[in-house]
Amino acid sequence: MAAAVGRAWGSRRMEVAARSCRGSLPAWWGLLRGLLLAVLAAGSCQGNSVERKIYIPLNKTAPCVRLLNATHQIGCQSSISGDTGVIHVVEKEEDLNWVLADGPHPPYMILLDGNLFNRRVMLQLKGTSRVSGLAVATAKPSPPQGFSPGLKCPNDGFGVYSKDYGPQFAHCNKTVWNPVGSGLSYEDFDFPIFLLEDANETQVIKQCYQDHNVPRDGSGPEYPLCAMQLFSHMHAVTSTVTCMRRSSLQSTFSINPEVVCDPLLDYNVWSTLQPINSSGKVDPEKEVIIVATRIDSHSFFWNIAPGADSAVSSFVTHLAAAEALHKVSDVHLLQRNIMFTFFQGETFDYIGSSRMVYDMEKDKFPLRLDNIHSFVELNQVALRNDSVLWMHTDPVSRLNESVEVQVRNLLDILSNSSTGASVTLQEAGYSQPLPPSSFQRFLRARHIPGVVLTDHKTAFQNRYYQSMYDTPENIRMQYPEGLSPEETLEYVTDTAKSLAEVATVVARALYRLAGGANNTSAIQADPKTVTRMLYGFLIKMNNSWFQSIIKPDIKGILGDVPQHYVAVSSPVNTTYLVQYVLANLTGTVVNLTKEECLNPEKTPNSEKEMYEYAWVQGSLDPNSTSRIPYCVRSTVHLSKALSPAFELRQWGSTEYSTWTESRWKEIRARIFLVASKELEIITLVVGVAILIFSLLATYFINAKADILFSIPRDPGAVAY
Amino acid sequence: MTLAVFFGCTFIAFGPAFGLFLFTIAHDPLRIIILIAGAFFWLVSLLLSSLIWFIAVKASDPRDELLQKGLLIFGVMFSVLLQEAFRFLYYKLLRKAIEGLMALSEDGCSPISIQQMAYVAGVGFGLMSGAFSMINLLADALGPGTVGIHGDSQLYFLTSAFMTMVLIFLHTFWGILFFHGCEHQRWWEITAVIAMHLAVSGSTFCNPLYVGSLVPSYLLMATAAAWAYLLSGGSAQNLQRFLLCLQSGASPQLGS
Repeated sequence: MAAAVGRAWGSRRMEVAARSCRGSLPAWWGLLRGLLLAVLAAGSCQGNSVERKIYIPLNKTAPCVRLLNATHQIGCQSSISGDTGVIHVVEKEEDLNWVLADGPHPPYMILLDGNLFNRRVMLQLKGTSRVSGLAVATAKPSPPQGFSPGLKCPNDGFGVYSKDYGPQFAHCNKTVWNPVGSGLSYEDFDFPIFLLEDANETQVIKQCYQDHNVPRDGSGPEYPLCAMQLFSHMHAVTSTVTCMRRSSLQSTFSINPEVVCDPLLDYNVWSTLQPINSSGKVDPEKEVIIVATRIDSHSFFWNIAPGADSAVSSFVTHLAAAEALHKVSDVHLLQRNIMFTFFQGETFDYIGSSRMVYDMEKDKFPLRLDNIHSFVELNQVALRNDSVLWMHTDPVSRLNESVEVQVRNLLDILSNSSTGASVTLQEAGYSQPLPPSSFQRFLRARHIPGVVLTDHKTAFQNRYYQSMYDTPENIRMQYPEGLSPEETLEYVTDTAKSLAEVATVVARALYRLAGGANNTSAIQADPKTVTRMLYGFLIKMNNSWFQSIIKPDIKGILGDVPQHYVAVSSPVNTTYLVQYVLANLTGTVVNLTKEECLNPEKTPNSEKEMYEYAWVQGSLDPNSTSRIPYCVRSTVHLSKALSPAFELRQWGSTEYSTWTESRWKEIRARIFLVASKELEIITLVVGVAILIFSLLATYFINAKADILFSIPRDPGAVAY
Repeated sequence: MTLAVFFGCTFIAFGPAFGLFLFTIAHDPLRIIILIAGAFFWLVSLLLSSLIWFIAVKASDPRDELLQKGLLIFGVMFSVLLQEAFRFLYYKLLRKAIEGLMALSEDGCSPISIQQMAYVAGVGFGLMSGAFSMINLLADALGPGTVGIHGDSQLYFLTSAFMTMVLIFLHTFWGILFFHGCEHQRWWEITAVIAMHLAVSGSTFCNPLYVGSLVPSYLLMATAAAWAYLLSGGSAQNLQRFLLCLQSGASPQLGS
């Protein structure tokens, strides 16, 4: 800049002068440049007042994301810069005609009433190009006819029934387990679909629609129109094979790898009644009874998975049974050990159980398949009709005499344990196959005698299987009005009482199975624990009991409404909490300091291989705000629940689950008004006209400046 | 509102200023320096006035609507006075610069007159003021939405662009008037500039009644333009001769 000035002045004395003041100019320049940059950056600030004039962001939404397996992609996708469309509210079927045929301003963004969110309507929308996105408002109350976006035959092809094993039972030929299932979750949509969780936001959108988009006097609505924009661009495409290949290429060769998808993974939680060496191997003669439940669920939308009946009811019962068993006095004298296992990822083709079976086969787990004496699984036990609990067994393996004897024994013990309780246990019968359960993966490897306990004989009683409506209301959890959160935590609901009875029956049966000889009437599950767990896992995770049993450094994870989706970052809240609740219910408090508890290998006599030590933050001191932490010793361990397909890098495997979740950058939604194209073009034309006119005018004024401006009176100044 | 509105509003707001820059300032590096320095002076005045307003707002109760509105009016008026004060400071700086340029020149005459400096300084002030008014609007104009969902007028972008254009012109003319007043000790010219600036800024409080802010601003701009033209050595005869020249320049082409 200074050099240019020097050239313009053109004389040596100027250059001398310029060089002397060159020092000050660049500093000035730098500051000015910085300030100009700040000016330009001013417009790109988020949330500035002009942006607030234009957009209303929708904050309480849940997107539908893309999931992939070995061969397909499911879920939804939006364009990279979001999909925009004019809002149309569809509350009855007839409103769809406007969107599909009549409306003059396609593409449309539909606000769909929850009761119309079914397969028929969705396939109509999928087939047209006039729809640019969908926002679903939750139906309150839940649709009475049931709603399940899951498959009619869940986890088909990954269970035990195939053309080689019980072909008459494969592909739900005999029993359709989920007849309400529409399979919507497993469709692939090329427009974004969001769930509007907040009724207030839905009302805002409907108000905007009423104000601007409703046709008046027969003619179409006029601009400006109310529009919505949804951002949910997914990075992965086609299938797991493609996206994992791309991700591994990126990770191998790129400095800044751009991974496009992640496998669904988490941890299984397992614990044994009698402690075993978790890093060694259990003796082949030692028999173990496995009790299993799943702890995850799914729905059409990402991270919305209340799973009240499909997951929570079963694992809460399981936890209560574990607590009851640990209170028995002669636990260490039992002939067989009992392993309480909580599988994660079962919704997605049995991720957790297939991994555990694989680890057992490959000797990476302390137990082997030979150690398993029998298998008891709890699956959806909350919606029992007349308090009947059904016992399902596998008819194909029972054709073998020895297995049949053991299964018979198992069924008899279970039936005997229910005498005196208000729960009736009935057999589902020889003609019925097993429902979708983790037990099927174990059967694939070995013919183990086992039983699955459910509340349904044939089809699911749960009409909201794997949907956002599988809420506490679905399992008839009701609290009286006007209770504080603490009182609600402690209030024992009828659901809690009935699940506690199931837990009692299961605990007594397990005691007998394990070889216990004493009277089982003392074994009782505690309804108070059950109700606290139900409250924590279904209504509010951030309650005082959960806060007192977790580690101090993870107390931030307790969110609001609990969801039980397996997700890709592990462990999820559900796994953490199941682990700590199990530790609290089945472990013992030991008198160790914080350093000793966190470093048990340094402590003598700690038997680190047999036990896990956890330093938990404890409950609030009644007089102060600090907590009284303590050390808990338990046999609760985590084992990795990642599908063996990813360990073996067989991404197209049909043997193991290959579900992955796509990655994305931003997910958000907002509404605003759009102006007509005519107004935009007019603005542009006016702008160009003004530019050209001003350029011409300035040119002519400048050219004829000597005419326009006479010579100034001041003789010292130079003229133009 | 997408690219069409973005470019339309940019051209409306900055088109004339771009024309002025291109034909009268861009060829002379000295004028460019004066332009940038003028922009910088305006920026500093805005920084100081916004600092005062920011402190006032933070020190007050955010829920009191009337107080906030009052603080905003006070902030605007204070900013106007500070901008004119910085214009005065810039005038002083340029006077010193002229003496320096005269001392350095070969023939004792400065390569640029104070009137030209006044004009360029005015354009500098105007450009920076326009940039601050328009840039964040233009950034939001790129998105798909237009103003209106909360009930504001749909013409927000257009009227803002026109307001910015008129403000750039006004700053240019005020520069000429102000420097002329300072040069010839005519204080009433300076007070007139300050009064006009206060009037234009105050009229924006009529928004969204855009006719209440745009019409007076354009009228004031016409007045200031005429006044500045007369002060720069123009007269009605010059204008007549210019228009005749244009006509004669145009008609041989038509005739041929």
